[in-house]
Amino acid sequence: MQFESFADFLAMGGYAFYVWLSFGVTFVAMAIIAVQSFIKHRGLLKQVVVEKERKARIKKARQQQQDNA
Amino acid sequence: MWKWLHPYAKTERAYQLCLTLQPWFWVGALVCLSIGTVWGLAFAPQDYQQGDSFRIIYIHVPSAILSMGTYVAMAIAALVGMVWQWRTAYMSMIAMAPIGAVMTFIALFTGAAWGKPMWGAWWVWDARLTSELILLFLYMGVIALYGAFEDKQQAGKAAGVMALVGVVNIPIIHYSVEWWNTLHQGATISKFDNPSIAPEMLWPLLISLLGFAFFIGAVTTVRLRNEIVLREMHRPWVQALAMKAMSKQQSDAASTFVKEGN
Repeated sequence: MQFESFADFLAMGGYAFYVWLSFGVTFVAMAIIAVQSFIKHRGLLKQVVVEKERKARIKKARQQQQDNA
Repeated sequence: MWKWLHPYAKTERAYQLCLTLQPWFWVGALVCLSIGTVWGLAFAPQDYQQGDSFRIIYIHVPSAILSMGTYVAMAIAALVGMVWQWRTAYMSMIAMAPIGAVMTFIALFTGAAWGKPMWGAWWVWDARLTSELILLFLYMGVIALYGAFEDKQQAGKAAGVMALVGVVNIPIIHYSVEWWNTLHQGATISKFDNPSIAPEMLWPLLISLLGFAFFIGAVTTVRLRNEIVLREMHRPWVQALAMKAMSKQQSDAASTFVKEGN
């Protein structure tokens, strides 16, 4: 450990603002792109299911129309 | 020689490959980034000139190196797409672009936060900084151009040409510190015969670099799968996969509901 105490560690030898700003923004940016990718994945899978069910409904309605005619 | 690669041109195989690689990439990223960050922040010795501000190196250098590495990977994917007409190649190109842009942003931002205490300025229009900013614009250009086409095969070709032309910027970034007078310091770790960094400082840097690389790989696998699902929406295997994922989610939700009911 290069620091005497935890407070010393947080102070970063007087560069606390720059060091913690850098690490903070970096990990927030990485978290955003990771989470966004997963959210998009779920949305896409849902979209596939909705689309498939819509197609099935259309097909069924057509079938009924033909049967009635 | 490259024949083993050909099955992965099929989207289904590429999707499976992503699923296989993904957990390893995430674990690798988590482990290496944790070790690299803690080691770099708390255990690496202070720099004799820059004190503790030099610790920004543990995110600045990996993100800067990999912003260029990801660009080269993206351009190779574009080239493969053009030469062999692989749709999956264009898909991986566009899957990599956003994470590359994020890496470039991180490199620029941490560079600014390091430049302020050391140079006295957040930003200067010097060769290294300006060429890295152009890299960010190239990534954005590739993403925007791809988004501008309705036909995604056309989009891949157009954005691919742009990605390939932009490769000229990569050696410019790398040699900018030698070709021009600049505030930015020269290369540190790419001089393997005579590295100008102490080993106690170098090790956490290499681990951090590996962690960033794993992270880029992990995000790319997720985004490539997204791209495949989007483009192959009407294929039966995608529909089966989506039905399975959604019904599993519903049954998970139902079981928690039952638990709460009890």
